[in-house]
Amino acid sequence: MDPKEAISVPRYYFDHNATTPVSPEIFAAMAPVMTEAYGNASSIHYFGQEARRLLDDARREVASMIGARAEEVVFTSGGTEADNMALFAAGRDGHVIATAAEHPAVLQTCAQLPNATMVPVDGSGLVNPDDIRRALRPDTVLISVMHVNNELGVIQPVEEVAAVARAAGVPFHSDGVQAVGKIPVNLAGIDFYSISAHKIYGPKGAGALFVRKGAALRPLLFGGPHERKMRAGTENVAGAVGFARAARWVREESAVEAARQGGLRDHLEQEILHRVPGAYVNGAGAPRVANTSNMRFDGIDSEPLLIALDLRGFAVSSGSACSSGATEPSHVLAAMGLSKLQARSSVRISLGRSNTVEQVDALIDAVVHVVAQLRKLAPAYA
Amino acid sequence: MPENITAVAMSGGVDSSVVAGLLHRNGEHVAGMTMQLWNQRRLPELVPEHPTGRCCSLDDVYDARHVAQLLGIPYYVVNFEQRFEEQVVRPFVDEYMAGRTPVPCTLCNNFIKFDQFLEMASGIGAERIATGHYARIAQNEETGRWEMRRSVDQAKDQTYFLFGLKQDQLARTRFPLGGMEKPQVRELARELGIPTAAKPDSQEICFVPNGDYAAFIDSYFKEQGITPADTRGELVSSDGHVMGEHAGVHHFTVGQRRGLRVAVGEPLYVISTEPATQRVVIGRNDELLRASMRVKNVNWISIAPPTEPLRAAVKIRNKHSAAQAALRVNSSDVAPDGAVEVLFDEPQRAVTPGQGAVFYSGDLVLGGGWIE
Repeated sequence: MDPKEAISVPRYYFDHNATTPVSPEIFAAMAPVMTEAYGNASSIHYFGQEARRLLDDARREVASMIGARAEEVVFTSGGTEADNMALFAAGRDGHVIATAAEHPAVLQTCAQLPNATMVPVDGSGLVNPDDIRRALRPDTVLISVMHVNNELGVIQPVEEVAAVARAAGVPFHSDGVQAVGKIPVNLAGIDFYSISAHKIYGPKGAGALFVRKGAALRPLLFGGPHERKMRAGTENVAGAVGFARAARWVREESAVEAARQGGLRDHLEQEILHRVPGAYVNGAGAPRVANTSNMRFDGIDSEPLLIALDLRGFAVSSGSACSSGATEPSHVLAAMGLSKLQARSSVRISLGRSNTVEQVDALIDAVVHVVAQLRKLAPAYA
Repeated sequence: MPENITAVAMSGGVDSSVVAGLLHRNGEHVAGMTMQLWNQRRLPELVPEHPTGRCCSLDDVYDARHVAQLLGIPYYVVNFEQRFEEQVVRPFVDEYMAGRTPVPCTLCNNFIKFDQFLEMASGIGAERIATGHYARIAQNEETGRWEMRRSVDQAKDQTYFLFGLKQDQLARTRFPLGGMEKPQVRELARELGIPTAAKPDSQEICFVPNGDYAAFIDSYFKEQGITPADTRGELVSSDGHVMGEHAGVHHFTVGQRRGLRVAVGEPLYVISTEPATQRVVIGRNDELLRASMRVKNVNWISIAPPTEPLRAAVKIRNKHSAAQAALRVNSSDVAPDGAVEVLFDEPQRAVTPGQGAVFYSGDLVLGGGWIE
């Protein structure tokens, strides 16, 4: 039987914190790297030199996006590998401090480390830098606090945490995967910073770890002398080139785009809060990036809400998917003090470049309609 | 919004895959859904190298998703673990501890598949659900009542587990396989290009690996940090003689022969369990015969709740061939949830409290309830 789309509706994508589409111009820049400049960047011949040139150019471009030096950028397979690298490099011989609202790439890596303290977050999902300071121990070797929370979009006080780290003489890692392209990044006081290409219209499978010059790093992967012996494996040159193009977009255009998305997001939240009783914005009290809205609806289970929206063509998300693909209540929402039921009634809408005001208006209507339908079925909701 | 969506409960097995494939081929709007009911990794000591009961394993989800991908239908996994534990697993454990022999598949049908899943289907905007159950349902055009019949494939018939279905549930449910023989279903699976066409049929109690329910109960208590009531006690004969000791009432079910460890020259069986005294009564095969039983919480499916006595063929466990009986409905507690007195024409072996009793008239499922 020929696979065909059995349920055909116009599709709108509102899940840009999960991933973004690759820009056509980025894709166009990557294609000849795979088919023509396909050399191994470690080879000494012409083909190798061509690949090396592209890789070095890409590294400079990515570095300049975050105000780093090229030699401070280690290319990885993505944000998860960058997080693992920083935590294992700096955290395996002592005590690590992170927050309860970290991405699983940090949370689950901390669970593999000998000694980690997970500092709680407040009702908006923010960490109090004083709590980080109080968690310090003589054997603390690393502090890790994400820059922007992927589920809520709230911006952690990384400058203040950096000050705490500097005062204590402890290296500081921040997961910046959800920050680049959404807010300006200043690496002052940050020793390790994880970034990823596919959140900024670049390809999947390309990321990097910023490693401040002089910071101690140990490799996760062993083999050839790639990436200054810090990350073995033939370089993903096409990925790096795509990442670099995405980085250029971030430097040149993302601020204007963020302002536009902020307007859409405010419109979305105001309309839904106005038209749906018992609706809330999770993390509303904190500074947030412009594209993310995490909303909660009394008496609603996010699972049917998500599916109903998807069947109508609207892609949003909730919680985190477990290995089967079923949703599990979000650890971030639990960490900020929401009950299991409240966490289960929350969805994340994350805007991106392609979203128009017409699409957002259509989403608003769909949310209003589906929430009302679901409440009719749930007599418990008064 | 596409209209007229059918939510198909997909387990990853052949039957539900064929249902999805058939409805899709007929041009219906189909959404495939897998219910995540139980996490096998919770009680890892129970999972053998080659488990036979494989409820909600990742492999099953991958199989279901693969089929959905081949058909090109949307597919979702929904998390019903909490409800399944509350409404199926815990009652299952409690019933055994109370000396009864539960039927978790019926509880799952009553509280999960035809309740929470139907609710989920409504929530996503689906008009109805379809499952791979072997049973037939149709609306009687004269009375307007939804009727249930045994499946055409008598060996696969699952009506024994479906006696709790109410009219509003039946009205929104389709069993496309009820009119087919199993080999026909496998043939259809091949025809539809379903890759799991040769997958073996699933086992009865999906969350209990290898059918060892006593080991499951022990592990579950351990995981919950519950020290179960000590239900060890005496094995006694029906006239009260102590014949030995046993390791706990939940290890026994009426009619069971193995595990008694009493040697008296003739085969002995469990006649009954007495949770109050923690005694297990054992005796000869003929002591297992019962001429009557009381059935409670009866749900009438294909007929309105009767007020007069009636005759029916009564099935007292899934593998039982229905026995002819007279049904007396207590006029004070006619439906809903009334009780029925069942008088068998011939005494029946091992009438087991906690099991379902389902009343048939030919293929027609009149109703059913729980044996007291």
